[in-house]
Amino acid sequence: MLGCRDTKKGRSVITTLILQGVVLGILSGGVYALMASGLTLVFGVLEIINIAQGILVILGAYLSYWLEQRFHIDLFLGLFITIPIMFALGVFIEWAFIRRLKWDRITLSILVTFAIAVIIEGALTYFFTGNLVILQTRYTQQSVYVPFINYYMPLIYIYAFILSVVLLLVLYFIVYRTSFGRCLRASMQNRTAASLIGINVPQVQAITFGLGTALAAAGGMVFGATNAFNPASSYDLISRLLVIIVLGGMGSLWGALAGSLLMIVISDVVVLAFNPLWSSTVFFIFLVVLLVFRPQGLFGKLEGRKQ
Amino acid sequence: MKRLFNQKTSLLLTGALICMLLLSACVTSNSSSNSTSSNNSIPAGPIKIGVSLSLTGDDSADGQATQQGYDTWEAYVNNHGGLLGHQVQMVYYDDGTKTDQTRANYEKLITVDKVNFVVGPFNDPQTITGAEVALQHHMAFLEGIGTGPEVFSKGLTNLFAVSLSATGYFTSFVNYVLSLPPQIRPQTAAYATSDDAFTQPQIDHAQQLLEQGGIKTVLHEVYPAENADPTGPAQKVVNSHADVVLLGTIGLQDCQAHITTFIHQHYNPKLIIASAGPDQGDGFVKAVGGVKNTQGIIVPNDGWWPESKAYQNADFVQFITSKYKIASADISSDSVQAFSVGQVLQQALNQTQSLDNQKLLNVLRNGTFQSLQGPVGFDSTGQNKLAVAYLFQWQNGNLIPVFPQAQAMANVLFPKPNWATS
Repeated sequence: MLGCRDTKKGRSVITTLILQGVVLGILSGGVYALMASGLTLVFGVLEIINIAQGILVILGAYLSYWLEQRFHIDLFLGLFITIPIMFALGVFIEWAFIRRLKWDRITLSILVTFAIAVIIEGALTYFFTGNLVILQTRYTQQSVYVPFINYYMPLIYIYAFILSVVLLLVLYFIVYRTSFGRCLRASMQNRTAASLIGINVPQVQAITFGLGTALAAAGGMVFGATNAFNPASSYDLISRLLVIIVLGGMGSLWGALAGSLLMIVISDVVVLAFNPLWSSTVFFIFLVVLLVFRPQGLFGKLEGRKQ
Repeated sequence: MKRLFNQKTSLLLTGALICMLLLSACVTSNSSSNSTSSNNSIPAGPIKIGVSLSLTGDDSADGQATQQGYDTWEAYVNNHGGLLGHQVQMVYYDDGTKTDQTRANYEKLITVDKVNFVVGPFNDPQTITGAEVALQHHMAFLEGIGTGPEVFSKGLTNLFAVSLSATGYFTSFVNYVLSLPPQIRPQTAAYATSDDAFTQPQIDHAQQLLEQGGIKTVLHEVYPAENADPTGPAQKVVNSHADVVLLGTIGLQDCQAHITTFIHQHYNPKLIIASAGPDQGDGFVKAVGGVKNTQGIIVPNDGWWPESKAYQNADFVQFITSKYKIASADISSDSVQAFSVGQVLQQALNQTQSLDNQKLLNVLRNGTFQSLQGPVGFDSTGQNKLAVAYLFQWQNGNLIPVFPQAQAMANVLFPKPNWATS
């Protein structure tokens, strides 16, 4: 009888842990979706792999940090400044470096964007040093209790998740409900044909890269408010973002969202309910199995281009 | 064409040549052995001390900090009359954070550069490799940074670690907890550590000692060192509801993730100790959201802090801060450990009055010395048996020594106050 009660209690604990893992994973996954959507959008339109996306996220985090420290501007209000700045930076990077790549774009883009990443990392280290920092404000330490899963949900994660959903919806609206979005999708499907029907493809590409970089500003702010970071944090970040878009399907916005949620939820559930040392292993087994049966990822390239 | 030698003569000549080569090798070997083990006279010129360091690669920051420590000691000794009346010359090679290169570097230092002594590099694997090479050449290997259990389990009879061994970092904390009266003593403990070779042995050893003292383990969690965001493991610590939390953190990042999760979850254990992170001064304060969230957090210390009254510490702080234009709070523990190696070497050589490595080995095995990190004396495995871990605790915005009593500036704040947001 006692054993039966223990078994029930054990199951209840495991259920609670799994639920905590799912909630934590969904909240964190939303943040990663925001960061990965910029990467996948750029790949979809420009057919380049932007290795600099990780450091652009960190740059966004440092901009928010600087505004908060120097001018005491709230992290979320500061996005009205950082997003336009980062958009302009993205347009400049596309014009100065990416547009020059005329052949073997994927391979060369890896080299070029890596060089950009190294330059930005050097500049950030020079101005901010390599010391870890974290974005702090009055609500970053607060949390609300969720009795069902016996868990205090951090407010910053909730706000970050809401911001991610809002920005992804705005992005969805731009891509699927505006004339620019039609041009963008046409460029995604066939750049030559898009040019022939009068679409200014270089302009679309520049704006798209700008959008991707602007998303990094928002992603950077929420990343910096939930994790301590320094310029070197970009390496871990870009490796995660690449895994997410491979899982979700390169070029697909829905893929970025699904990939982020799956990766983080799987990792957090394994960590909480089983063993942290197994979290990466379990996730990568899942990824390999998925890619064996679906090499294009969850919402692969063809699917993404139909959207 | 007529042959110069017939076959028989050729064979004889070849045999003679081989014999000569063998003889010359023996002579070289003997002379080399003599130069390292039986050289009682001190020739003119500087005393050369060789070291392989990770000046590039993954461990370059630590390697360079170690070099700063050795360079500071070299400058300090040379400013004070040298070693046995001779100037000291440090000879460095970069191993690029690769153990294979460490082996090649020490071979070159000993056989080509013919350094008088070799001292330790950064990190455990390089230390083991360096000591193995030195042992083959019958040379002592003083070092300050390789302190993991693996280093002392190889039977390296020439290895002497001047710093506190990794397993000893939490010993003072254990002693403090077990010294508390039974009615207020914590009953349960949770352990979360990265799978790092330096932190995990500390936690495992502390767990073993606390369990022997009757403290029940409610969680033992190991997370990958490369995990940038250990929020999940931190949540498991919260769920354990342990009275005491021991964290084997490798730096500010994983420490901050744990503390922030505890704050979010309103989890208030009676004591929290983390192996790294709380010692990062202002960086730690900012990372956890201000001074109010640091109150009561403990970090172990290997026996050195800038204001310590230890042997030559005031000189060391003055030398290194002026040489590298850094604040005393920014002095790396790697530099401290390297300088300590030099201090012990100097004291041992003052006893031997010789460059003979065999005499040095004998003195190191039996003597006691002083260093920046406190007293030094070696057991049979090469560990510093006299080293003591100190406990530093954040109290009202200052990180101060609180245990052992002899060095304490205040009593341990027990239990740790609740988080300001609770």
